[in-house]
Amino acid sequence: MSLLEIKNLKVRVEDREILKGINLKLDAGEVHSIMGPNGSGKSTLAQVLARRETYQITRGEVLFNGKDLLAMKPEEAACEGLFLAFQYPVEIPGISNAYFLRSALNAIRKYHGQEEVDAMDFLPKLREKIKLLEMDEKLLNRSVNEAFSGGEKKRNEILQMAVLEPTLAILDETDSGLDIDALKIVAKGVNAMRSPERAILVVTHYQRLLDYIVPDRVHVLVDGRIVRSGGPELALQLEEQGYATMESAARGA
Amino acid sequence: MIRQMGNNKVATATQAIQNYAESFSGLEKNAASRELPWLRKIRQDGFGRFGETGFPTLRDEDWRFTNLSAIAQTPFRLVHNGHRLPSQSDIEPYRVAGAACELVFVDGRFAPEISYLGELPARVKVANLAEELARDPGAVEAHLGRYLDIRRDPFSALNTAFIEDGAYIHIGKGIVLEAPIHLLFISAAHGAPTVNHPRNLIVAEENSQATFIEDYISLGRREKALCNTATELIAGDHSVISHYMIEREHEQAFNVSTLRIQQGRSADVASHSVLVGGAVVRNNVHPVLAGEGGECLINGLFVGSGRQHLDNYMLVEHASPHCGSRQFYNGILDGHAHGVFHGRIIVHKDAQKTDAKQTNRNLLLSDTAQIDTKPQLEIYADDVRCTHGATIGQIEENSLFYLRSRGIDEASARRLLLMAFASECLDRMKEGPARAHVESLIHRDMGRVAHASLREGQPA
Repeated sequence: MSLLEIKNLKVRVEDREILKGINLKLDAGEVHSIMGPNGSGKSTLAQVLARRETYQITRGEVLFNGKDLLAMKPEEAACEGLFLAFQYPVEIPGISNAYFLRSALNAIRKYHGQEEVDAMDFLPKLREKIKLLEMDEKLLNRSVNEAFSGGEKKRNEILQMAVLEPTLAILDETDSGLDIDALKIVAKGVNAMRSPERAILVVTHYQRLLDYIVPDRVHVLVDGRIVRSGGPELALQLEEQGYATMESAARGA
Repeated sequence: MIRQMGNNKVATATQAIQNYAESFSGLEKNAASRELPWLRKIRQDGFGRFGETGFPTLRDEDWRFTNLSAIAQTPFRLVHNGHRLPSQSDIEPYRVAGAACELVFVDGRFAPEISYLGELPARVKVANLAEELARDPGAVEAHLGRYLDIRRDPFSALNTAFIEDGAYIHIGKGIVLEAPIHLLFISAAHGAPTVNHPRNLIVAEENSQATFIEDYISLGRREKALCNTATELIAGDHSVISHYMIEREHEQAFNVSTLRIQQGRSADVASHSVLVGGAVVRNNVHPVLAGEGGECLINGLFVGSGRQHLDNYMLVEHASPHCGSRQFYNGILDGHAHGVFHGRIIVHKDAQKTDAKQTNRNLLLSDTAQIDTKPQLEIYADDVRCTHGATIGQIEENSLFYLRSRGIDEASARRLLLMAFASECLDRMKEGPARAHVESLIHRDMGRVAHASLREGQPA
């Protein structure tokens, strides 16, 4: 059984069809990348998988660990092991980052019938992850993402992923707005999470991130459909030729 | 005012005043008022003024958002003796951990049996007004009724007419009291609508430091009751004072409170109001910065649901140079609740270098909740800085999704976001037992509101 299996997924926003029949399989231990130009539906796919409710699913099925993902609420999907690193992490004034992380971890532990972790036990674990991402510990006591720099926000997403230890992590344009140093740190954080039990789906516009997080498979999403799938070399080919040739190929098909 | 109303309403309003007039003449026969001519005069002036005006109407600029017909038309009676006293265990859940002492008032009267007086330092006097009037009327006469403006507000006039009991607190020069003084006011059920008029007098001498909590609750059945309370707080030169007003009565209760603060030179006063209960609530805060260099923080949180009406009327008077005032009120409104924030700042002619700031932020959790926010600046000095701002918003869907995407269920996510909004007010309170008390209260209330708003948001 695949960890994630998307079958003929069609999604609308108001009157516009954004995803026009997506098929994708992702096994535990794999890293896949979805690449595509702006407006191709990459972020919609990521948000639908994380169960954002503003989208209308008109057709298809998504199985996550064999369970019907599309029947789950966002919190249920998260508790089942799905994690979305947001393209635009949300600022939440008044809730400290540390408190937020512990609340999320405990919500998931509670779902699995595990005991809650208290602040004293939580902190050492958190410090270790923070070190890996070369983050300033002060960010823990600040409000979630509030007045964080672009790079700090993206690192904070990866920190959450490291704490929550999902089985499926979806990274939505995690590379956007990062300088090369920050990109390397984020990639290091993600690579540390690679394991035989976990799958990672890297959604990106540019090939750059894939130099550091090398995927097993690359899928090209154009106009709501996956038009090509291949190995990591496909990303390099896209970088050289651009999406234009694939777009015309998609139209021709 | 009465002339402008229809015939029917004239009759009702006249009846209402008649009703209070009967209660007032009953009180007049009381021996104490015959013994103290000055007190008798204060009361008579108060009732005379109330008789002239009656209850305010929507035509009154200071009351234009708050319909008082439910209060004016209810035949409230003063509570006389003979009521059942709540037991220690009844009030146990309302006590403040770490309080220096706790005065309990039942329907406006001191209840020594269930009060806790603790061991207070020398030169700190905590008593009830009726007792102090009997023991040392001179000390009371020096302040009582000298600050509260009965001409401006009919409820202040009515309260003054019915002065009988309340808290009397005197903090001596230079005394620093770390633990808060808790004043618990209970409206108890009586089978008929009742009214009480607690009157508090707090005098903090120069260089003193203290914290006071006024806490309004109801016990027993949910019957109509009006609590019309007034506090005169005199903050001496260089004193540092925190005052908390907590309204958490049941949903049939009417509560009108007035806090009149008189600030001396360089006095630093914080007024914190937390309104989570009551049917119709009017919270008047009226500091007068009378000495140079005074600082006043006016901080508040009001949380309404159902058909609650929560009206906050701030009147900040800058009467001396180099004073600062900061008003911050946050409102959370759900269901058909109606909130009001009226922030009036008056800068008198000589109050140069005034720095006055006012902010009102509101979260509306339903389409039917309503907020009226009105800044009103009257500036008669030329070298001042006054700013004001108001915002109205909803719970951000983006924030909600972000929290839920991390495994936090919707009700908890809403509670977290509401708590974050409320924390802005909590963060302005000094660390200590009073803040901890308020914090746990708000935590409980945010849970309640989060669940209620979640149910309402779901399709039937």
